[in-house]
Amino acid sequence: MAEKVLMKGNEAVAEAAIRAGCRLYFAYPITPQSELIEYMSKMMQKAGGTFIQAESEIAAINMVYGASGCGKRTMTSSSSPGISLKMEGISYLAGAELPAVIVNVQRGGPGLGDIQPAQGDYFQATKGGGHGDYRLIVLAPSTVQEFADMADLAFELGDKYRNPVMILSDGLLGQMMEPVEFKAPKTEKEIEELDKQHYDWCMYPNEDEPNHHHHEINSLEIDPLVLEQHVIKLGKKFDLIEKNEVRYEEYNISADNDVVVVAFGTAARIAKSAIDELQENGKSVGMIRPITVWPYPYEEISNVLHDKVKKVVVCELNLGQMVEDVKLAVNGKLPVEFIGKVGGILFTPDEIKAKILEGEGE
Amino acid sequence: MEIIAQRPKSLTDTPFTYCPGCTHGISHRLIAEAIDELEMRNQMMGVAPVGCSVFAYKFFNFDMAEAAHGRAPAVATGMKRARPDMHVFTYQGDGDLAAIGTAEIVHAANRGENITVFFVNNAIYGMTGGQMAPTTLPGMKTSTSPYGRDEKDIGYPIQACELINSLRAPYFIERVSLLSPQDILKAKKVVKKALQFNKEERGFTFVEFVSTCPTNWGLSPVDALAWAKENMLPFFPIGNLRDRSIEGEK
Amino acid sequence: MARMTVNAELCKGCGLCIPACPKNIIRFSEEINSKGYHYSECFDQEACIACKLCYTTCPDVAITVEK
Repeated sequence: MAEKVLMKGNEAVAEAAIRAGCRLYFAYPITPQSELIEYMSKMMQKAGGTFIQAESEIAAINMVYGASGCGKRTMTSSSSPGISLKMEGISYLAGAELPAVIVNVQRGGPGLGDIQPAQGDYFQATKGGGHGDYRLIVLAPSTVQEFADMADLAFELGDKYRNPVMILSDGLLGQMMEPVEFKAPKTEKEIEELDKQHYDWCMYPNEDEPNHHHHEINSLEIDPLVLEQHVIKLGKKFDLIEKNEVRYEEYNISADNDVVVVAFGTAARIAKSAIDELQENGKSVGMIRPITVWPYPYEEISNVLHDKVKKVVVCELNLGQMVEDVKLAVNGKLPVEFIGKVGGILFTPDEIKAKILEGEGE
Repeated sequence: MEIIAQRPKSLTDTPFTYCPGCTHGISHRLIAEAIDELEMRNQMMGVAPVGCSVFAYKFFNFDMAEAAHGRAPAVATGMKRARPDMHVFTYQGDGDLAAIGTAEIVHAANRGENITVFFVNNAIYGMTGGQMAPTTLPGMKTSTSPYGRDEKDIGYPIQACELINSLRAPYFIERVSLLSPQDILKAKKVVKKALQFNKEERGFTFVEFVSTCPTNWGLSPVDALAWAKENMLPFFPIGNLRDRSIEGEK
Repeated sequence: MARMTVNAELCKGCGLCIPACPKNIIRFSEEINSKGYHYSECFDQEACIACKLCYTTCPDVAITVEK
């Protein structure tokens, strides 16, 4: 399937999810991801799957919990205020060790905010949002192609680690159209095989003794000693994910860099333009773009801060969230500066250039 | 001599954690007996609530999911849609179904999901120590209505069967009592009917059990049955509200 | 011939079986189980008619009835 089609981000990720073998989708409409649920309402039915517009984002994430408990690939999507509603469900998914894909098409916040693109849910996605000791694998696309590719990756990672996975997108990527190339769709046989991979823990048709199974999809452990062991086990899983699943992009990284930029998603696209323009004028700026914002590329950032680099500039469409992780990565070696934009407004390449050049020649 | 009454196969050997005389144990057993008799055990999946019966996943001898508070009908929806060849029921208490989970039960019923919902009504929140429930009776003292439920301030008990009966899709709705052995035998027939309809994919079925909470009512188990007969039945009348099989509907 | 047997360890001494029995042949035992409950017992098996009402009302599935 080498043909490229021009598609909106919201629709591309939906199409990619169906091709990845997702046959159950539950969601509630919210701007700016309504195209996703509308696409699914047509195409999921066409694929012979289940589409339910649930009564709320809370109901939707709980339907995901039920379907995932049966070992099936299942997905939900929403935008910032709706994602807040899903946080209880996400904690339960993580506690019960259930795979699931949650797409967040971010908008301005807090509260009802507005419907323009933003990156204000970084803390919510990477530092909790839900209660208790859990981690969400968080993928941050910056093109429509990447957004679509992350559907399959999210399902794979979810199955591999028995953990929920979030695709942290935003209203710009959700609404813009770019050329996308899709993977070949999974066959019904492949989907059947995917189903069977979870038979050691999921709910599925039973048999009489001695092959009778009693599987519990559950996160309650009332005995503290047992809960302790369970949470320690989860912790070991998260350590493994941190060790093996960091993904990032190096952009214009070289021995000539005297500034390093760190940005994710849409902010990184804008930063790339700034970096290109500066490079044309002979100033070498490199960028690390985290593709996974959890696990975070701390080491990978630290490794590019050679002696010539004078400072790190973090660009985010929020008041300053990922910048805290960058400071951890830099660990006091260099000054870390921040340029943000809130209200659902985007910064321009010129604004980023100005921040990068700030203090030069002083 | 042969055994004519013993622990159903659909119950595990795990002793119930319920208080002495709590009718949860009776409703669990009725459901398990019906599942055995209808030979549904190997296709069965259940959803446990949050409340005293949060450990129901330990007591039923087939695959079980534990849901967040109130969310069981949504979890059950996901399960049934994921495995349509299997059968699903939820088991919920007053807080789970009639307080925090009101949206989820109304919409699962409204969609006509092919599940059975078992609702245990004892007019109080047991697990958390006896607080007021949406089903608490006017004037009834609980740990959060210490001067008695004031209906002028906080309204009247919710009648879940009647609420569900306002929706078009549900197939079967009945309220039963566990307040005497004879009532329990009648309740068993209703439970079995609801699960039979579930097995035949006829649609959404709902059974409400008028139950007791001796511990939080401050009564002995035997006195609790009597109190419930006198005080709960007027608000929660026993009987069938809907049975679409009667009109010959499939 | 009929017999009702109480699993003493499962019985919580709730007493529901006692008024349920139409023959009035169930009482609390003098003994207690490991949890400290005076469990139920049938004191006149000859009179048992295997009506199963004790089993029906027992919330702990502690009773087995034979015929």
